Amino acid sequence: MTTAQPAAPSPANAEHPHGGYNLTGFIIFLCSESIIFLAFFAGFTVLKLSSPIWLPEGVEGLEVRMPLINTIILVSSSFVAVLAEKALHRRALWAFRGWWLLTMVMGAYFVYGQYVEWSELAFGLGSGVFGSTFYLLTGFHGLHVITGILLMGLMLLRSFRPGNYNGGEAGVASVSLFWHFVDVIWIILFLLIYVWQRH
Amino acid sequence: MTGSLPFDPRVLRAPHPVPGAPDNWKRFFGFNTDAKVIGIQYMVVSLFFLLVGGLLAMIMRGELITPPSDLVDPTVYNGLYTMHGTVMLFLFLFPILNGFNNLLIPPMIGAPDMAFPRLNAAAFWLVPVFGVLLMASFIVPGGPSSSGWWAYPPVSTQNPLGHLINGQFLWILAVAISGVSSIMGAINFTTTILRMRAPGMTFFRMPIFCWTAAAAQTIQLIGLPSLTGGAIMLLFDLSFGTSFFKPEGGGDPMLYQHFFWFYSHPAVYVMVLPVFGIFSELLPVYARKPLFGYKVVALASFGITFLGLIVWVHHMFYSGTPQWMRNLFMVTTMLIAVPTGIKVFAWLGTLWRGKLRLTTPMMFCLGGIVNFIFAGITGVMLATVPIDIHVGNTYFVVGHFHYVIFCTITFGVFAAIYHWFPKFTGRMFYEPLGQLHFWLTFIGSALNFLPMHWAGLMGMPRRVASYDPEFALSNVLASLGAFLLGVAIIPFLLNMVSSWARGPRAPANPWNAIGLEWLLPSPPPAENFEHDVPTVIAAPYGYGLGKPLVADQDRFIARSEEV
Repeated sequence: MTTAQPAAPSPANAEHPHGGYNLTGFIIFLCSESIIFLAFFAGFTVLKLSSPIWLPEGVEGLEVRMPLINTIILVSSSFVAVLAEKALHRRALWAFRGWWLLTMVMGAYFVYGQYVEWSELAFGLGSGVFGSTFYLLTGFHGLHVITGILLMGLMLLRSFRPGNYNGGEAGVASVSLFWHFVDVIWIILFLLIYVWQRH
Repeated sequence: MTGSLPFDPRVLRAPHPVPGAPDNWKRFFGFNTDAKVIGIQYMVVSLFFLLVGGLLAMIMRGELITPPSDLVDPTVYNGLYTMHGTVMLFLFLFPILNGFNNLLIPPMIGAPDMAFPRLNAAAFWLVPVFGVLLMASFIVPGGPSSSGWWAYPPVSTQNPLGHLINGQFLWILAVAISGVSSIMGAINFTTTILRMRAPGMTFFRMPIFCWTAAAAQTIQLIGLPSLTGGAIMLLFDLSFGTSFFKPEGGGDPMLYQHFFWFYSHPAVYVMVLPVFGIFSELLPVYARKPLFGYKVVALASFGITFLGLIVWVHHMFYSGTPQWMRNLFMVTTMLIAVPTGIKVFAWLGTLWRGKLRLTTPMMFCLGGIVNFIFAGITGVMLATVPIDIHVGNTYFVVGHFHYVIFCTITFGVFAAIYHWFPKFTGRMFYEPLGQLHFWLTFIGSALNFLPMHWAGLMGMPRRVASYDPEFALSNVLASLGAFLLGVAIIPFLLNMVSSWARGPRAPANPWNAIGLEWLLPSPPPAENFEHDVPTVIAAPYGYGLGKPLVADQDRFIARSEEV
């Protein structure tokens, strides 16, 4: 949902720029979106606590080392995004683009790491409630990471448009906020799925 | 009046109504970002689906007029009640209330449009998309979803024919898209109310309709993601072999009920809160008195929002819920009666010694309030665990629910349509037909839904195509009532269509009402007040106080009557 930035104003709303409300709307959207993760986390916790069978046969548990490296990369990318935002505040456009691109690359590495992990797992979506919840949570989060990277790419392209930031930086601020959101969700998810492994 | 003027062809094709010129009907059929056009699009689409849902209901009542299942097959009957519920909730009530939000919120708070006009239009155009998806489930092999509108697993995870595209699949998809559309709307409405109010319009000078809309949309934002989450899991269970809700894979079917009711109970408040707002708007106008206890009524809306989010387990009293949880949710459910009771008393206080004008909108208001009090009483009965264990899943619940959803909410919807019809179409409706519509609807609904309570108390289960002959009398009465309701819609449609086409021109303020929307011409221009937004200097509903609502009020009144 790209409420982040208005495109060229259409004649109908040219006289009333609605740009000032975009960040408000986006924050409301994020609050609502966090509830869907909350629902998934609550479902995961209930199922894990109450399910008589958890790990499918032949599965010992989850490897933690690679996902931990992935986690560190994703979390640090949030700080890189802050650096990019600060550069934009100073109107240092090239510094902004550099940091922003680095954030995107780190996000893309995370998605790649996730892909590698998925392809090496011994269980699938149909392997009982363990496989179901694992793929649902990581997959739904992964979709958000990919959406975040695409939105950042859009913002990067728009930074080349002359006068793009005359009306404020609500677009970059919103996408950056989205990225922090995706990070926080991943931290909770990592704790739930990888750290809390005992059944 | 100005019919003989030669019009510029550009005027005839204008995306917004031009005062005095023939209307450009085409603007209602495209991607238009004007909130007033979107509002009318919502209304017309949802009224169409009211007819579809009503037709399904009448087939069901035709089946139930005799004890054996003779008109339709029991399997078809299962599909009928599932689709009736889904169509009425997701394609009639939600869209029509979004239509009111679109029409009323910007003029009431003095905003030119919604905060995100294109998001708004996109949210509307998702409605026909999932409407078509849902209707398409009638033609897929195996027929439409037959698991009831709550789609509990394990019934909803059955796919006996093995097709990927089956009725249940389309149902889940439609509900998920409806959720996306509602979230888009909710973001839009809350942002608009938070950020775009006219100068001087503090929260406690806002009309109650805006308060209730904000309270309802807050529920959407908090509750709807839970249903979407549950729907995604259900879709995966149905189609991709996961086992979230399948005990044989370690899953838990009760978990779905929690996800579903965490949203779908408050969803009733999403629908009823704007109707409370409508009652609170209309009663002062037709009783010529300020709304009794304005601030408390406003805050009670958010009281309902908060309490509404912690009562959902009362739908699961008979689902193997532990006793401590039943007791807890029995108490929270009964607490809901406090804020709703505050509102009812405020309405009665407004009516007390008022100078009542019994116009069609007022009649629907009064009828709705009477019905709501009855629905509230049966609601408190159902909240009581010992009673609910016995009457849960009987026709008592069906009767209670329809007293809320039809006899209160739909009455409020009709009241609002009549009340604001002159404002947004610029035409007056024909009062005698409106009165006929009210009396047919009132008698029909009582005849239809009151006997259901008796049948339920005697033990008639819901969702059955055939029943014991001892319930025959209640069912015959209910069926006659349902057919009467089908007849009642005819004067309504006739009135709306003919009045919009040929009705006498409406003045800017036909009801002598107080509110920003009545300071606009009828129909309001595309961007309402544009740059000349009035400054609000008083609380709303100043009936009989003789004080102006806005600074320089006479100028705005004169301007609204110029056209």
